[in-house]
Amino acid sequence: MTTNHYTLKVNGKEHQVADAWAGESLLWVLRERLGLPGAKNACEEGECGSCSVRIDDEVVCGCLVLAATAVDCEITTIEGLAPEGELVDVQEAFIEAGAVQCGFCTPGLLVTIDKLLETNNQPDDLTVREAISGNLCRCTGYGRILEAVNLAAAKRREVTS
Amino acid sequence: MTDIQITSPVSAPRIGESAPRPDGVPKVTGTFTFSSDLWHNNMLWGGTLRSPHPSANIKSIDISGALAINGVSAVLTHTDVPGSLLYGLEHADQPVLAADVVRYEGESVAIVAADHPETVRRALAAIVVDYQVTAPLVDPEAAEQAEPIHPDGNLIRRLRLRHGDQNIQGEIQVEGTYEVGMQDQAFLGPESGLALPSEDGGVELFVSTQWLHSDRDQVAVCLGLPPEKVRFTLSGVGGAFGAREDLSLHAHLCLLALHTGRPVKMVYSREESFHGHVHRHPARMWYRHHADTDGNLLRVEARLILDGGAYASSSGAVISNATCFAAGPYLIPSADIDGAVVRTNNPPCGAMRGFGAVQTCVGHEAQMDKLAAALGMDPVELRLKNALKSGDKLLTGQTITGAAPVAEVIKSCVDHPSTLIPSDDMMSLPGGAGRTADPHHIVRGQAMAVGFKNLLFSEGFDDYSSAICHLVDGVATITCACAEVGQGFVTLAQQITREVLGVEEVILAPAATATVGSAGSTSASRQTWMSGGAVQKACEAVRQQLLERIADQHQVILDDLVLADGQIVSLAGNFSLDLATATTEPLEADIEYRHAPTYPVDENGQGDAHVSFAFAAHRAVVDVDPELGLVKVVELTTSQDVGRLLNPLQAVGQLEGGTSQGVGLAVMEEVLVADGHIRNASFTDYLIPTALDMPPVEIAAFIEQPEPGAPFGAKGIGEPPSISSTAAVVAAMRDATKRELPRVPVRPTDIVQLENDTP
Amino acid sequence: MSVTIARSLDQALEILSERPDALILAGGTDLMVQINRGSLNELSTVIAVNRIPELQGWKQQDDTLVLGAGLTYAEMEKSDFAAVAPALAQAARTVGSPQIRNAGTLGGNLGTASPAGDTLPVLAALDAVICLRSAQGARRLPILEFITGVKNNARQPGELIEEVHIPAAQGHQEFCKIGPRNAMVISVASLALIVDQQNKKVRLGLGTVGPVPLRPAEAEEHLSTNVNWAANTVSAATLDQFSTLAAAAARPIDDHRGTAAYRRHAIGVMARRTAARAFTEETA
Repeated sequence: MTTNHYTLKVNGKEHQVADAWAGESLLWVLRERLGLPGAKNACEEGECGSCSVRIDDEVVCGCLVLAATAVDCEITTIEGLAPEGELVDVQEAFIEAGAVQCGFCTPGLLVTIDKLLETNNQPDDLTVREAISGNLCRCTGYGRILEAVNLAAAKRREVTS
Repeated sequence: MTDIQITSPVSAPRIGESAPRPDGVPKVTGTFTFSSDLWHNNMLWGGTLRSPHPSANIKSIDISGALAINGVSAVLTHTDVPGSLLYGLEHADQPVLAADVVRYEGESVAIVAADHPETVRRALAAIVVDYQVTAPLVDPEAAEQAEPIHPDGNLIRRLRLRHGDQNIQGEIQVEGTYEVGMQDQAFLGPESGLALPSEDGGVELFVSTQWLHSDRDQVAVCLGLPPEKVRFTLSGVGGAFGAREDLSLHAHLCLLALHTGRPVKMVYSREESFHGHVHRHPARMWYRHHADTDGNLLRVEARLILDGGAYASSSGAVISNATCFAAGPYLIPSADIDGAVVRTNNPPCGAMRGFGAVQTCVGHEAQMDKLAAALGMDPVELRLKNALKSGDKLLTGQTITGAAPVAEVIKSCVDHPSTLIPSDDMMSLPGGAGRTADPHHIVRGQAMAVGFKNLLFSEGFDDYSSAICHLVDGVATITCACAEVGQGFVTLAQQITREVLGVEEVILAPAATATVGSAGSTSASRQTWMSGGAVQKACEAVRQQLLERIADQHQVILDDLVLADGQIVSLAGNFSLDLATATTEPLEADIEYRHAPTYPVDENGQGDAHVSFAFAAHRAVVDVDPELGLVKVVELTTSQDVGRLLNPLQAVGQLEGGTSQGVGLAVMEEVLVADGHIRNASFTDYLIPTALDMPPVEIAAFIEQPEPGAPFGAKGIGEPPSISSTAAVVAAMRDATKRELPRVPVRPTDIVQLENDTP
Repeated sequence: MSVTIARSLDQALEILSERPDALILAGGTDLMVQINRGSLNELSTVIAVNRIPELQGWKQQDDTLVLGAGLTYAEMEKSDFAAVAPALAQAARTVGSPQIRNAGTLGGNLGTASPAGDTLPVLAALDAVICLRSAQGARRLPILEFITGVKNNARQPGELIEEVHIPAAQGHQEFCKIGPRNAMVISVASLALIVDQQNKKVRLGLGTVGPVPLRPAEAEEHLSTNVNWAANTVSAATLDQFSTLAAAAARPIDDHRGTAAYRRHAIGVMARRTAARAFTEETA
């Protein structure tokens, strides 16, 4: 196996990746090399959204990014959503609304919703549903998740008003 | 929208309050450790070679090519299993690794440990198995007569249930044959774990599961080790819904760790996961209902056949449930029900939320609607007329001694006003962004269904749970092996402890076989009752110890003492002491909790086999595009019999989540099996509802009639939402399309019904 | 496996001329699925092209819409693009999930050439031309010559898809896609209807009902010649016949996602419905 060395910038910090196999996805590198297992591996084929991360401000599936090509990007994972020891509005809202059951879909959803509220802090029901249509949840039926988005949107509007 | 109070995380919520989850912060920050997040220095990666054939003899397995690959540390086959080759939930009928025969596509044949998952993949590809392919047995209706595909035979279990006067006939009779396809639990967290060899020759495993001790017991037998040397600890579980009740990679990981002397991690891919766990039994059900002209149910006849696939798993219990609850929550004086679960070379089936009652609810509710039509009677009236209540006898002859508010569940659900907000948006029509329909292409249908099943384990099974309460310096620590799979038991454990001990801080110790006894399975909607009961009893025992100690030390009357808000107080008013000061000397209690005994059923299926029952109803509104057969569920309303609400917010989550799984089975979920091969082992083609497929779930009522014998009077709530939901959605589709729709999931072709079109 | 990130078109073409069999990685929504599954050869060279500025964006050039191969579905959903290419924007909205749409590209959809590719029937109906480049030069192929079979296209080793050119069309545009779920679905059948007001022609593209996207000539001819262009109306009989001809032109297969019979039927239904949206159905 030919091996690779490259640098990834994740949550504002630079990480050296050494002796990596070229075919590793960004998701795998985050989880197994960089000690950032927050992004999840429910399907590894872009069908569930549990691996959602932000790359240069777009939310994408980390499992579909070849890690060695993610150099010179700003990568943000769930671990980087809030400063150490704090929670951002979407995280608080998920807890308050009871939107967390097993929690496997939660990181991907939080990254996706955080971005949604950045572009639209008053999304209607259909807009939210379409925005999270790429994030599968098997436990909740999405009811409490939708409620959490409404709560978080209200918090965000309060802050920006 | 359901209106639930959210408790501030600062207070110390007790029973009845919407306490937030103790694992909420780790889960929202991505620091909660699921079993696939585990990592250990010096660890190897494990992988499994699986049979591509549903039926074959194995002539030879050549692992030399794999062993020659640089980075491979171990390649193991059945000859490397030191103890018993066979394991199983009800019967030890399944090999850890196949020896001379494979009986389903995906059966484990060999395992590998190597330095990187890519090395594992190459090693697996280098193993050469000489299969002699044989014709698979794939028709469950032919299974009993066919050549046995297993030494235990092809009939896993048959129940014949005969209840009441067998000569009764009804003037009105309706018949139907119904089918339920194979559903998958589709939990998001893949099968995964980490095993470490121990210095004493034993092994430690960190794993996702539903039943830690059952797993440990089975694996210990396979490893030829005493149970104390096999130490299982629960790691974070990403959903279960029945699919983690059986072993998957547990024995494999332990074998690789013991063989290599190193930590070994394994994570299934999604495709592998579809092959690596049991599914919901597909079912074929024939019914004949008899009634008089007033609509009183007189008799039900049914023949049920469930396809158990290659190995038994929990099929015996599933068919028992299906048979017992085959006719639904109605009082019927006479019944003849034949239920059989058979072995085939199809993928093995076992536990999934609802456990046999989901399938029969589809059947009995379709029958009730047919009967209502034949009688010219309103379908809700027909159900209310025959609804079970406390004191009634089930078809097994058991009298319902607990709460059975079936009529209240039905009425509150159907009387609930609609919350539908009309929308012109194309995205709210069937087809969504696909833009397939305009509003005038759509027909709307509405219907309801009601279902039930047992709570807890049955038929004389020694069902118990254990918990340890440790109290020191005013802080309680609870140790319980109850598998938290997302349902929120961890929250309840804290609430119960606060309720009993008046403490604020409750620490939950890791769930491990080394430190506490079995809590039984997280299934059968049993953990609130059983592990909640164990925690309650353990805390009560500690409370008693503490109050006795205080009464003695401080010369106060024991009967006057209570624990409240972190204080020990005498009701006589002359004494109070804060709990922290009173508990500098620790107190502890280790309790095993059992429910009232149950009994096996006799040769006529009669017996007091169950502890308790829970009932739920759904009303569904569905939009259908009849020309294209596309569907959107636009409204769901539900009522459920819950005994007592211990955590309203978590209860809402269970009802909404269970309902969404029922919706999935009605409109989109099926493991497609052709000649024993799974055609859609991925989330690309095994479709579960997205946020655009699920409407809001409106909870019309939690019917709270406290259940005698249940801790706090609370019934389990996990399964009922998944039972009547499927039946209600398909009934609404029948209302919209006027089609019989005898099969779920309903496919577009079932609605469109073209000539000469068989999917 | 080795990975190179190309930072310019010239660099990409140079690498491709040295390694003509290199796997081209844009958004990764198809290729990475295969890599994650282990389907690709250990000795593959992967060239990442999603940083190449020359492949990004779109522009209007006289009568031609010029789309960069690197245009993502998310970019195609935007209102300014939707204004000039509504059917493509509608198709883009149905691809995968929002995450997929942020990464997946037009070039990738063409490169994969899946029969279920969502942009393909639209591009076919738009008479799109695919522009290929190599170190040796450039060539153009009409889309129906570019897509040659199931997951097969006319791109030669050493070539890169650079752009897609779409002749400007004024008129109503429709795209429909059938899937068994209301989001994140592989197409079971899809259809694009493009009205070219200027030339009084209706063009139809069928997706997922053949190995390649189809242009049903008879159906197009029938509708084009029987529409009342002046009044923008169409008779029920014309719509019915259009539907029948469109369905007859489909060449669907049975698979685990749907039967041939259903797909053919669905095409007929969608043809009629889209035509009835573009033109007002005359009341008898």
